[in-house]
Amino acid sequence: MAVEKFPVEASHILMFARSVGDENPIYSDEAHAAASEVGKIIAPPTFAQASAQFDPDYFLRPKPGKPWFGSGGEPTGIKRESSGSGSGSGGGGIAAGLHAEQHFEYHRHISPGDVLTAEVKPGKTWEKEGKRSGKLIFNETITEYRDQNGDLVITARGVGVRTERPVDAGQ
Amino acid sequence: MALKQSEIKVGDTYSERLVEDLKRTQIVQYAGASGDYNPLHTDEVFTTEVAGYPSVFAHGMLTMGMTGKLLTNYVGDGRLTKYGVRFTSQVWPGDTLDSTATIEAIRDEDGEQLVDLSVQTVNQEGRVVLSGTATARIDD
Repeated sequence: MAVEKFPVEASHILMFARSVGDENPIYSDEAHAAASEVGKIIAPPTFAQASAQFDPDYFLRPKPGKPWFGSGGEPTGIKRESSGSGSGSGGGGIAAGLHAEQHFEYHRHISPGDVLTAEVKPGKTWEKEGKRSGKLIFNETITEYRDQNGDLVITARGVGVRTERPVDAGQ
Repeated sequence: MALKQSEIKVGDTYSERLVEDLKRTQIVQYAGASGDYNPLHTDEVFTTEVAGYPSVFAHGMLTMGMTGKLLTNYVGDGRLTKYGVRFTSQVWPGDTLDSTATIEAIRDEDGEQLVDLSVQTVNQEGRVVLSGTATARIDD
């Protein structure tokens, strides 16, 4: 995911904080935030992940006129060669693609008015044999978020895992 | 309120209930806010009939976001310098999640006082769904 322009906005922070059940006024109340140690509204710790909204090619967002692998009149709108048991590899985040790890390093906390870029760098790839889901293939990406001055504000490291079959529930 | 070095010690813990009976609607709410519309989280028909899971399940990042609330409630706003997790088990609609942060170290780095924490979030069966670490700036 490369993002050329991720404008950090107060209403987006408000919606994001609500979605994780966090009613802390530092994320929504300007007067409260101004009187606090921080001095202004900031974003919750995992907000940088919402940069996906500003990635024009983000593959987990349906786009007008483009095929989408979720259900419509039928269970899936796209014929997938390997869709039967979720054993497909990537392509649409089907059962094969899950989020294994996520790490953030905060050089400073972001606020409404910041305009960020996100540059993605490939990381390591490794494999492991899993009891619950067959062979596991791990893939790491590093995302560097920079502000309008070019300063590094957040470094994110994500690890995705692809599995041979869906992970069993309740194991 | 930030943590004060004089008032904490290694081994101290802080716990909160993150969510009770997680609703599908909250998962949809997170999809909308984060922009991750993976049908595995929002589309029961796709997830059960095509992908082969028993139901939709929460984004790992929703659990990380909810656990982040526990951390910021403990260490104070704008105090985190690092926060990282592993997603160890899936979170399903109906789950109730409890999380605990534990102080692992209190230290100085480049003149700043820092606390290192471990954090663990468990479901109603006691299964660990998220396991992570965080570092935060603290006061004297």
